[in-house]
Amino acid sequence: MNDFSLVSLTPMAPEIFLAVAGLALLVLGVFHGDKAASAIGWLTAIAFAVAGALLLQNGWDRAEILNGMFVMDQFAGILKLVILTGLVISVCLSIRHVQEEGMARFEYPILMLFSGLGMMLMVSAHDLLALYMGLELQSLALYVLASIRRDNMKSSEAGLKYFVLGAISSGMLLFGASLVYGYTGSTNFTVIGESLAGNLSIGALIGMVFILAGLAFKVSAVPFHMWTPDVYEGAPTSVTAFFAMVPKIAALGLMIRLLFEAFPGAIVQWQQIIWMLSALSMAVGAFAALQQENIKRLLAYSSIGNMGFALVGLAAGTQEGLASVLVYLVIYMLMTAGTFGIVLSMRRDGKGLEQISDLSGLSRHNPAAAYALAILMFSMSGIPPLAGFFGKFMVFKAAVGAGLIGLSVFGVLASVVAAYYYLRIIKVMFFDDPVPAYDRGTPFSRRAVVALSVFFIVVFVFEPSPLIEISRDAVSVFFTHG
Amino acid sequence: MLEHILSLQIFLPLVGVALILALPGLSDGAARWIALLTSTIVFGVSVVMMMNYESGAAGFQFVEKTEWFPALGINYHLGIDGISVYLVLLSTFLTPICLLSAWHSIEKRVKEFMVAFLILETFMIGTFCALDAVLFYVFFEGVLIPMFIIIGVWGGPRRVYAAFKFFLYTLFGSVLMLVALLALYYLTGTTDIIEMSKNNITPAIQNWLWLAFFASFAVKMPMWPVHTWLPDAHVEAPTAGSVILAGVLLKMGGYGFLRFSLPILPDASAYFTDMVFVLSIIAIVYTALVALVQEDMKKLIAYSSVSHMGFVTLGIFTGTQQGVDGAMFQMLSHGIISAALFLCVGVVYDRLHTREIARYGGLVKNMPKYATVFMVLMLGSVGLPGTSGFVGEFLTLMGSFEVNTYAAVFATTGVVFGAAYMLVLYRRVIFGEAKNPDAAAMPDLNRLEYGYLVPLTVMVIVFGVAPWLVMKDVSPAVTRLITTYNLEKTLPSSYASAAPAKAEKAPRHE
Repeated sequence: MNDFSLVSLTPMAPEIFLAVAGLALLVLGVFHGDKAASAIGWLTAIAFAVAGALLLQNGWDRAEILNGMFVMDQFAGILKLVILTGLVISVCLSIRHVQEEGMARFEYPILMLFSGLGMMLMVSAHDLLALYMGLELQSLALYVLASIRRDNMKSSEAGLKYFVLGAISSGMLLFGASLVYGYTGSTNFTVIGESLAGNLSIGALIGMVFILAGLAFKVSAVPFHMWTPDVYEGAPTSVTAFFAMVPKIAALGLMIRLLFEAFPGAIVQWQQIIWMLSALSMAVGAFAALQQENIKRLLAYSSIGNMGFALVGLAAGTQEGLASVLVYLVIYMLMTAGTFGIVLSMRRDGKGLEQISDLSGLSRHNPAAAYALAILMFSMSGIPPLAGFFGKFMVFKAAVGAGLIGLSVFGVLASVVAAYYYLRIIKVMFFDDPVPAYDRGTPFSRRAVVALSVFFIVVFVFEPSPLIEISRDAVSVFFTHG
Repeated sequence: MLEHILSLQIFLPLVGVALILALPGLSDGAARWIALLTSTIVFGVSVVMMMNYESGAAGFQFVEKTEWFPALGINYHLGIDGISVYLVLLSTFLTPICLLSAWHSIEKRVKEFMVAFLILETFMIGTFCALDAVLFYVFFEGVLIPMFIIIGVWGGPRRVYAAFKFFLYTLFGSVLMLVALLALYYLTGTTDIIEMSKNNITPAIQNWLWLAFFASFAVKMPMWPVHTWLPDAHVEAPTAGSVILAGVLLKMGGYGFLRFSLPILPDASAYFTDMVFVLSIIAIVYTALVALVQEDMKKLIAYSSVSHMGFVTLGIFTGTQQGVDGAMFQMLSHGIISAALFLCVGVVYDRLHTREIARYGGLVKNMPKYATVFMVLMLGSVGLPGTSGFVGEFLTLMGSFEVNTYAAVFATTGVVFGAAYMLVLYRRVIFGEAKNPDAAAMPDLNRLEYGYLVPLTVMVIVFGVAPWLVMKDVSPAVTRLITTYNLEKTLPSSYASAAPAKAEKAPRHE
C-alpha cells in the first residue's frame, strides 16, 4: 500500500474506464429515460470497444496490483478480449430485440456493462475476496437482466430462480473460501498455493471442493445445472444469448486461475472432480436435450453439454489442455452468437417464437437463414471441416495426451448423441413442410453477427493456427511460474 | 501445375460452388451447366494426372506438403499411390455422370443439389489424397454433411429416417476412430500417415486402436452386422446419391483398411484376421440370401453391395498379393458396376416411379438397348469371366484360399448366390410377360441415358478382359504394402502354437 499511486493502477485501466463509463451512462439514462435506450446501447458497445483498445494498449506482462488482489497477465488479457468481444456481440444482438419486445429500458445495456465489468474482474482475480466481488458484481447484474421483463411471469420466475440458486452457490463458495482461509491463513492465491504445497490439509481440500461447487454452478456444469434450462427459457431471448455466450467464459477462466494458482498442489484431487463434472455435463447435455421442444431449452442443454466438452480440456490439467479450453470457448462463443442471432429473428406477428417446430420449412422462405443455421448446427455437432470440430479435436487431443482415454471415448460418444438433436433442427428446417414466414426486417447488426459467425466457422479450417498459438501463449503463464 | 494437381482437383469443385452461390438470379439450367462443366474439368485434370502418373512405381506421387497447423505439427500433406489413384479417378469420373443422371430427375432446389454434389466431390477426392491423418479425417467425415442433405432433401418418402440413420451410424464409428487417431498421434508423435506406420506400438495397444478404426471403416464398408444403414440410405437416396454412395463412399472403408489398419497396426490386423474373415463370410452369404428375397430393386442391389464388399474385406485381410490385388480390383469394379446398376434402376424409376420388381417385366420387348446394357452389368455383378467382376472375385478367392481354405470355400458359395439373385432380378424385370401396360409402354434409353451408361458398360468389359490396365499401377503399391505388412506383423501366439504349418511358412516371406 505504501507505493500506491495512480500510475500503478494502469493494468486495470480498462476496468476503471468501464466503471466510470457505466456510471456516466447511468446518469445519462436517468436524465433521458427509456427513449435513450438504444443510444445508450450503442454507447455501451463503444465503451466496450474503448475498454478493448485500452486493454490492447497496456502491456500484458504479469503485474500484481492492489496488494495482489488484481493480477494482469496474458491469460487475463486474452480472456478479457474474448469477453469484450462477446459483450459487443450481445449488445448488437439485443438493441433491436428489446425494442421489438417492448422492453427497451435504459438499464438493460448498463446492466450488461456492469456484469461485463464483473467478468473482467473475475478473470483478473488473484484473491478469494476479489474473486467473490467480481463474481457477485457479475451475478447480481445477471439476476436483474433475467427478470428485466417485470410484467412477464416467466421472466420474473427466471430471475427469482436464478437469484435463489445463485445465492446458494455463492454461499457454498463463501463457505469454501472461509475454510481455505482458515487452513492456509491467506486469501491470496499465490500464498494459498505456497502454503498448500507439500502439506495438503483436508480442511483446505474441503474448502476447495465447496469453491469448485460454487463455480460449477456458474458454468452450469452438471450436477449444478438445474437452473439453466428454466432461466434460459424464461429470460428474454437476447438475455439468454448473453447468458449462453459470455458469463461462462469468465467463470471458467476464473476456475482455471484458481485451480492453477491456488491449488496446483491438489491437482490429483481436483482433476477427479473436473472429470466427473465434465462427464456428467456431456451426458446430461446430450440426453436431456433430445426431448426438448423449446429451442431455448434445447440450447440450454446444448450449452451444458458444451461446458462439459470444455471441461475435458481442464480435466487434462496440462498446458495443452488449458489452451484447448480457450480454443473451445472462443469457437463456442462465436457459434452461439450466430445461433442466437437467428433465433432472435424467429418472429411472427410481432411475437418471438421459441418452438423448434416454428423453424419448419425455414429453407423455403428464408434460405439464407436456414443455411446459416444448418452450418452452425453441423458445427455444433462437431463435423469437420467446420470450426466446431476443431474445438472438440483440441480438447480430446489434450485429454488423450493426458491419458484420459475413458473420458475421451465417453465424450465422443456423447457428441454422437448430441448430433441427433442438432440434426433434428436441420431436419425441421429442410425436410418439414413450411409454416408461415417470419416477420421481415432483420436489423443489420444482427445479420452482421450471424454472417461473421458463419464466416468464422467455415474459414477456420484454412487458418487454424493463430487461435491455437494465442491460446497456448495465454496459458503458458501457469506453467512458467509454477 | 503438376505439382499441385491434387489440390487442383480437390478445390476446383469449390470454384463451381462459389460460382453457383455468387451469381445472383442464376437459373436452374445454368446451375446444372456450371456444375457439370466444373466436374468435367475436374475429370479432365484427373486424366492429365493419370497420364503423368508414373506407372509401376510403388511410392507416393504428386506429393504436396505445406504447413496447416504449425502449432501442432499437422500438415496439409497430399499424395497418391497405386491404391488411391484409381479411387480418385473413380470419384471424378462418377461425379459428372451423377450430375447427368440428375439432369431431369432433380427438379426442386437444383442449385442446392449441385452445390451439395460439388462439395461432396471435394471431400471424396480429398479423402483419397490425404496423407495426413487429421486431414484425412476432416475429408472423410466432411462427406457426411452433403450426403445427409442429398438423402434428406431429395430422397424418397422415408428419407428423414434414412438420412439420420446414415449420419449417426457413420458418425458413431468415426468418432471412435478420432480417439484412436489422437492416441496414435501421442504414441508416434506425428499425424503423417507414412511416418505413423514406422512405429513399434505393443500388440495389446494396437488391438484397441485397431478396433476403433474398425468401428469406423466397418460401418463405412459396410460390414455385417453394421450394414443396416445402407439399404435404407440406398432406397431413399435419389439416383445420383445412390450412385455416388455405392460407387465411391463405400470404398472409403476399404481404402481406410489399406491405408491405416494394415500398415500402421499390422500386429492387430493379423490378430483380428479370423474375426474379419468370419464377418466377411457372413456378409457374403447372408446378405446374398437377403438380396434373394427383396422386392425392391434398389434394396436388392444395396444388399448385393454388402455382399460384394464382403469380398473386399476378405481379400484385404488375407495379406497376400492376390488377395489385396483382388480386393482393390473388386472395389474399382464394384464402383463401376453398382454405380451403373443404380443408374439403370434410376432409368426405369424415372419412367414408372416405382422400384418394385413385380411391377416390371418383359422390358426386353420395348427397351432392347436397356436390356442389353443391363445384361452386361448384371453379368459383371455375377462375376462372369470376361467382366471386371470376375477378376476381383477370382483374385480374392485365390488369395484367401492360400491363407484359409475354409474361408475360401464359404466365400465361393456367395458367388453362386450372387448369380442367383442377379439372374432372378434380370428375369423378372427384363424377361417374362409384361404385367403392367405402363411398363410395356416405356420408351427405350434416350440419348442422355445412353451416353452415361455406355461408357460404364464398356469399362466393365474392358477391365474384365484386360485387368492389367489397372493392375500395372495397383500391384506395385500393393506389393509394397503387403511386404512391410508381412515383415512387421508378429504371428499371434495362438497361430504359432496351434498351427505349426503356418509358422513354418513365415520364413518364406523374408
